Amino acid sequence: MATFLQVAFDGLLNGLLYALVAAGLSLIWGVMDVINFAHGEFLMIAMYFSYWLGFIWKIDPIISSVAGGAFVFIVGALTYRLVIRRTIGKSAMSALLATFGLSMLIKNICLNRFSPNFRLLQDTLLGGKTFNLAGIIIPVPQLVIGLVALALLFVVYRLVKKTRLGWAIQATAMDKEAAELMGINTERIYLLVFGLGGACVGIAGGLLPSYLAVHPEVGALFSLIAFVCVAMGGFGSIPGALLASLLIGLVEAFAGFYIAPVFKYVAVFGLYLVVVMVRPRGLFGW
Amino acid sequence: MNTTRKMSRKDLFWLGLLAFFAVIPLTPWFSHSSFAQHVMIQVLLYSSMAQAWNILGGYCGQTSFGHSVFFGIGAYGTGMAVVKFGLIPWPGILAGAVIAAMVAVAISYPCFKLKGHYFAIATFAIVEIFNRLFMVWYWVGGAIGLDYGFTEPGWKNFVWYQSKVGYFYGVLLLFVLVFGIVRWIEKHRFGFYLRAVREGQETAESLGVNSTRVKLSAMALSAFLAALCGAFFAQYNYRVDPPMVMSLDMSMKFVLITILGGLGTFYGPLLGAALLIPLQEYTRAYLGGIGGGVDLIIFGLLIVVVVVYQPRGIMGILDRIVNRIRRSEGGGK
Amino acid sequence: MALLEVRNLTMKFGSLVACNDVSFDVEKGSVVGLIGPNGAGKTTLFNCVSGFYKPTSGKLFFDGRDVTNLPAYEVARLGAVRTFQVVRPLKEMTVLDNVLVGAFLRGADNETAHSVAEECLSLCRLEDKSGNLAGGLPIGYKKRLEMARALATGPTLLMLDEAMAGLTSTEIKEALEIIKGLRERGITLLVVEHIMEAIMSVADKVVVLDGGEKIAEGTPRDIVEDERVIKAYLGAKFTERLKRTGEVTKNG
Repeated sequence: MATFLQVAFDGLLNGLLYALVAAGLSLIWGVMDVINFAHGEFLMIAMYFSYWLGFIWKIDPIISSVAGGAFVFIVGALTYRLVIRRTIGKSAMSALLATFGLSMLIKNICLNRFSPNFRLLQDTLLGGKTFNLAGIIIPVPQLVIGLVALALLFVVYRLVKKTRLGWAIQATAMDKEAAELMGINTERIYLLVFGLGGACVGIAGGLLPSYLAVHPEVGALFSLIAFVCVAMGGFGSIPGALLASLLIGLVEAFAGFYIAPVFKYVAVFGLYLVVVMVRPRGLFGW
Repeated sequence: MNTTRKMSRKDLFWLGLLAFFAVIPLTPWFSHSSFAQHVMIQVLLYSSMAQAWNILGGYCGQTSFGHSVFFGIGAYGTGMAVVKFGLIPWPGILAGAVIAAMVAVAISYPCFKLKGHYFAIATFAIVEIFNRLFMVWYWVGGAIGLDYGFTEPGWKNFVWYQSKVGYFYGVLLLFVLVFGIVRWIEKHRFGFYLRAVREGQETAESLGVNSTRVKLSAMALSAFLAALCGAFFAQYNYRVDPPMVMSLDMSMKFVLITILGGLGTFYGPLLGAALLIPLQEYTRAYLGGIGGGVDLIIFGLLIVVVVVYQPRGIMGILDRIVNRIRRSEGGGK
Repeated sequence: MALLEVRNLTMKFGSLVACNDVSFDVEKGSVVGLIGPNGAGKTTLFNCVSGFYKPTSGKLFFDGRDVTNLPAYEVARLGAVRTFQVVRPLKEMTVLDNVLVGAFLRGADNETAHSVAEECLSLCRLEDKSGNLAGGLPIGYKKRLEMARALATGPTLLMLDEAMAGLTSTEIKEALEIIKGLRERGITLLVVEHIMEAIMSVADKVVVLDGGEKIAEGTPRDIVEDERVIKAYLGAKFTERLKRTGEVTKNG
């Protein structure tokens, strides 16, 4: 029983991390109907950013994560300006393909500059710390990321649903032309949304070097899992993405523990296929 | 009259191109450099792969990111025949291609119900699942894969060790087969139906086109040809393992070479491969000193630039140039 | 036996009833107009007949065969072919290629298909545009392309969904000429139309829908004088005008 709970808890914590990564993607997808294939590479950039800050100036990832968020906000906004903006109105796949090119570019620049070595920050505030709660061992860094994920998802959700800016975002998502007629600067909304999507994943990436090693390929799997979370949750639904992420975290943990580690992702991607076969627009989609 | 003359000019160009490829091995450039041979073989292989994908992704408009699965099944077909069963590769090549086509139909029948990004992500998911499953499927070699032992070189075993000329003619046959099929399709009903489904599924149905069947046929044919390419790949490398053939990166090569050259065009896949493969091979060979990944940095940049500025790829650029020349000629008269 | 029989057709979307218990016949060789105000259920009915929607209840018979649950492409193969109200050119294909897609329905032979396509292009006066990309045509041409493409399939029943909406008066005249030409070739037509004057001059029978129900059916002359139709759709003023134009054409 204790093992079962332990596995479940680990799965949930991992699920929250996925939710944090998926949140930004979900926002972008929901508003712009664009899949950012370089999303995982944004995460990787933030991880390197945080790693080097920690390595050179001994800045802890907790602080770096804020800077990482700001940094990737800019990366996201630049990506929108230079690439995404020019793909809007073209075929549905063009943004995906362009961002795939971008992800290759970023990944291989990092590979070229930083080598394929795995890098892990030593002596961080949270790194390696655990505590025991009723027999379940809880790793502190993962817990912190989980809490940050919940807080950030709440903030993004409130931002979209309850603020003036959020209404403008929703209007733009529903009907771009109508929103423009109402005086909304949709160009700026898109820029902001891409930046915000980047910021979410930037914060996640900033925190991660506390317990996860950085290397140029680290983003690739996160990208795929984030796509699956968002698509499974349903077109642009943040609660949907959260639910799907938790589900995927659990399935991953149980399949990995009770079947075999190699079946983790078979189960995760299989779950996606099953869900979309039954509900072609995701759990919360319409 | 005019159209028939134009068509025969196109035919002449195509035949000329084939003749050009057929005599390349006679040139000293080719026969003295195994690197040149390698590059030429890769160009023809990757253009065949891209063209196989183009049937579904370009002409029929269904963007599949799952073609490495079919490529991989093809590679495993021949690999199993040679390594596990000690046969000649040919029955394995055929079996692999047939199985790939059947798997493609079985997978895509439910997936075609999904729209847009949901379909794209489903194809990513399928690649990951196949990759992981083949990693632990010990009967087909698991993560270690299948390694070819020594067999007598020649056409019977479809392996050569010293010279690559045999492989070159082998891949040329593959190229002629894949491109020939697409040429035939372009002119016949199936080709019109493919494009009609791409341009508007409901419209096509209103004209009596069974769009599901058209898409499934395109998928089956595309997977069959992709599997043949995979079989060649295994024979050429004397081995198969999951990350080598069934990976997202391999899938993306099918897509990106076609996009680079020109989606849904006959020469696009060849142009894409003819630009990309030499670029990749020569940067790897000559710029290896400045660190890894340079070829992929250039490739990534090319993709971004092409998708953003010239979505019709190299064919789009050529079209524009041809039009400009025609216009200036017309102006001269 | 009529060529198309619509029997008690009902189509519901959730709680919204788009078509309610509609029945009518389309006789072989006739031109039947289907009219009604916006939201009357005309296009829904059309989508049911052409196989794009599965009706909630009711039956459809084409040429004596039950086609209620056939998919759209099967219905088209049997010879009941439609056009779309919002034109749907196959944009990245030429005008000729668009029509060829239709022409291939009756056989895979290239030469036959080409000659059928050429014929339909000239019938719809598109021959000088055959090499143009369909996506770049002006709207009047796109409407005619819809017609040419459907025609190329060799239909026995051609269903035109507002083929004249949004056209200039010259273009409408041209379209009417084409429709008359089709009738002479023995093609049965079911025409959804907003432009009353246009349809009245060619239709043998008119079916009027309002709020998803059939409120009248009869010759154009009867329809114009039908109380319910006037109230629901035409308005008294319009009837006056229509009667006058009717007299003009009769006298002329």
